[in-house]
Amino acid sequence: MPANTAITPSTLSQRDLPWQIDWDIHTCTLCGRCTAVCPVNAIEFGTFRKRTLFTPPLGLSDNRSQGLQHKPSSSSSIYYGIRQRTDPAYACIGCAMCNMVCPNNAIRPLKSESTDLLRFHRDRGGQPRTRGGRRNSDDSVLDQIKFMRISMLTDPALDAGRHEFELRTLIGRVLPPAEALKTQREKGWMPPVREIYPLMIGSMSFGALSPNMWEGLQMGVAYLNEELGMPVRMCTGEGGCPPRLLRSRFMKYVILQIASGYFGWDEIVHAIPHMKEDPCAVEIKYGQGAKPGDGGLLQWHKVNQLIAAIRGVPPGVSLPSPPTHQTKYSIEEAVAKMIQSMSMAWGFRVPVYPKISASSTSLAVLNNLTRNPYAAGLAIDGEDGGTGAAYNVSMNHMGHPIASNLRDCYLNLVKLGKQNELPIIAGGGTGKNGNLAANAAALIMLGASAVQIGKYVMQAASGCLGSEGDRCNICNIGRCPKGITSQDPRLYRRLDPEQVAERVVDMYVGFDTELKKIVAPLGRSTSLPIGMSDALGIADRSAAERLQIKYVV
Amino acid sequence: MCRLFSLTSSVPISPMRAIEALDVMKEGHDGSGIGLFLTDLAGPFQDSKHLPILSGIFTQSGVLRMEEFMSSQGFTPQYRLTLAPQDTPPPGTPKREVYLSQVFEPPSAWNGLAQEEREVLLTKTRLALRHMGQAEEDMVVFSFWPDVLMIKEVGDPMEIGRYLGLDREEVYAGRILAQGRQNTNYGINLYACHPFFIQGVSTMTNGENTAFVPIKEYLGSQGVPGYEGYQSDSEVFTHILHFTLKGLGLSLEAYKHVITPLQDDDMHAHPDRDVLYTMKQACRRLIIDGPNCVIGCLPDKTMFMVQDRKKLRPGIVGGRPGLFAFSSEACGLDAAIPERDKTKDFQPMHLDTAIVSPDCQEVRICRQTQPLPHLH
Ligand code: SF4
Ligand code: SF4
Repeated sequence: MPANTAITPSTLSQRDLPWQIDWDIHTCTLCGRCTAVCPVNAIEFGTFRKRTLFTPPLGLSDNRSQGLQHKPSSSSSIYYGIRQRTDPAYACIGCAMCNMVCPNNAIRPLKSESTDLLRFHRDRGGQPRTRGGRRNSDDSVLDQIKFMRISMLTDPALDAGRHEFELRTLIGRVLPPAEALKTQREKGWMPPVREIYPLMIGSMSFGALSPNMWEGLQMGVAYLNEELGMPVRMCTGEGGCPPRLLRSRFMKYVILQIASGYFGWDEIVHAIPHMKEDPCAVEIKYGQGAKPGDGGLLQWHKVNQLIAAIRGVPPGVSLPSPPTHQTKYSIEEAVAKMIQSMSMAWGFRVPVYPKISASSTSLAVLNNLTRNPYAAGLAIDGEDGGTGAAYNVSMNHMGHPIASNLRDCYLNLVKLGKQNELPIIAGGGTGKNGNLAANAAALIMLGASAVQIGKYVMQAASGCLGSEGDRCNICNIGRCPKGITSQDPRLYRRLDPEQVAERVVDMYVGFDTELKKIVAPLGRSTSLPIGMSDALGIADRSAAERLQIKYVV
Repeated sequence: MCRLFSLTSSVPISPMRAIEALDVMKEGHDGSGIGLFLTDLAGPFQDSKHLPILSGIFTQSGVLRMEEFMSSQGFTPQYRLTLAPQDTPPPGTPKREVYLSQVFEPPSAWNGLAQEEREVLLTKTRLALRHMGQAEEDMVVFSFWPDVLMIKEVGDPMEIGRYLGLDREEVYAGRILAQGRQNTNYGINLYACHPFFIQGVSTMTNGENTAFVPIKEYLGSQGVPGYEGYQSDSEVFTHILHFTLKGLGLSLEAYKHVITPLQDDDMHAHPDRDVLYTMKQACRRLIIDGPNCVIGCLPDKTMFMVQDRKKLRPGIVGGRPGLFAFSSEACGLDAAIPERDKTKDFQPMHLDTAIVSPDCQEVRICRQTQPLPHLH
């Protein structure tokens, strides 16, 4: 810090920041790539002055001692290097892009060992911190769940590699058996049901994601369906859908989301007469796990011409969706009506289900839906869900964990005898620590018919740098260093859609193998083990009691 | 693994024949119990074919409580068969007070009731007794149904058969299901012993059903009287069959489609794919995950065997017109019907239901890929 810098309350030292840049003068070539790539300008080219002191050595025996003849002297030199900025607005986010581009590995961010002070200063101008990403907590009940009903000698375990497995699930309202057969016989209206792969790509909007990311995901999904026979589905999120996709045969792999801002629905409604295929389903978003009770948010940085056109809004303005649908005044009427109108738009051929944030009110919603014959399911997003933009406080402190919420809802369906009729789609933190298959299988055995993932796909398929340790997480400002959540072509061209598609496929195929490695030893292969809670155990007595699974130590 | 053996005969035969076949297969069970389901009864029970018979094990005071309860409900006792052996029971078998089979005349108020209503009332009566017995531990009730006797006991099947004197004519029957138990639990609850019974439908199974919990939760929440208990994972097979026949009005041929629906290619190629697909979706919670071999008997005295989708427990069916047997192993079949044409023996595979109709003339194989019989 220059000597004449004023020290203000928000003046921080490098030590006060959560991420500290470690720069090595010896290996740095001063190429400038790191400063160019840094998405938040946390580092800059620095000119450093260095003073060198010279003290003449004390004498040798045959000469007079020089040290006594000459005074010590000093000189100054200048060198150039990388300086980390400490202004809170430019704090390093730990993305490590600088390290990634450095030819000599001369620079890297290090996570501070102690609690940072930056967190107290992230409200400049009275604007609390907003960010994208996740809850930044790596605790996970799902990770603690073990699968412990292993088929041993009383019944044979299966060969995960060679056996046939029926791992698909149903999304849509399934009629009770007698009624289904009667409807079939009398050719009555049978609610639409889709047989799909139980791991869905959850709602991430076109707008939150870059065009390349979206295209890559869509291509990956199409490949999984058409080449590998895996009926994977992806939800659009609230942001509409590119017109060509709406009119293509790939529409059947897409779940269209409608949310409180209705962004993109003008385009969708106009495309309905031209659709070659019905969408897989329509998801009505009433809430999301990352910021329950808060609407969607696309900050102005990301609203470029293309996004504006698809969403039907002017470019360059922030697009907050209201926290609730303006027409919603009661679940009995308005929600039912909305489900009905969406069903009607496609002639009652498309399942329509609401998505809510996990909440202690989930049960009330579920009970209501069980009485609504058009409700095709319920998606519940737990507190660990991710988002493209939200207030830090919403993300960190609002919401309900998915495990107990899902379990309560499932057991309630069991009480009503409707556990096969209204599928619950669970999400929020699945695979947050990398254990995707184990977490998804645990959710399924707790009662989920399907599992939705978002952040995991971003990490696995596109190399998102975010982590539960508050790394990166700047998805909201359009400067995503990987081009995943940016609308700036200079950034998103870093992401090759073909490679994203390839990674999506790898991820799904890998997941499928792992899922089989879980269900095969449990002796399950003829149907997805939804609600197979006898297989689950946990070494936490209260969690076991709460989830009604076995307590094992 | 338990051993199963069943006989269907046009003339009543002794249950000991089935027990002898179990004895031949003894290597496969540890002699920890025997369960018998007898129907198409001969002897004295024949005279009251339409009246329900209560089968169970009672203490003396249990008998009194049962009688009191039944008379309070308006039932009139008729013929009674008690097995109260005087000898000491064989090792491993507890000393019981009364093995009872008692015919009752239902209350006159039932006369005007439809068949279905009567059936529900019979089930509810059995359940009431079962619950009373569970509370006081003085009675264990297996069945309460016309023309059905059930006996279950812990111990070696052959020794129990002799001890109870099962070679008597009173218990001769045209259809016999017998299970020799392989104990996988320490304490044996008689309610966990096969065969299981509900409203004329009885099945027994060997193997383990790994989809037990979700199926149990589903059945138990459908509000059908009698879908309870589930001390054994195999009890759900009986209830699924009951649900298929009575809840859905389908025939035995549909049972296999409920428990192990066809997979995609076979489904697409099936002439009844629309119905089957609807069934596969609507009955998804009833899909089993074996290895299981199920042998059962329907209210109309049809006997059958099905296997699970792919892990397949051993099972073989064979015989001659007038006498057929379903057995876990060929040696059991050899012991019971040595004179049959062995080339006609059949081992059902993952798509088959082997059926012997009440006329007891032949084994009919119904493959899941065949058209369903006309649905009514
Ligand atoms: S880690 Fe990322 S934010 Fe930090 S200096 Fe390097 S590039 Fe910039
Ligand atoms: S890499 Fe992009 S998507 Fe991932 S956390 Fe950073 S900004 Fe968000």
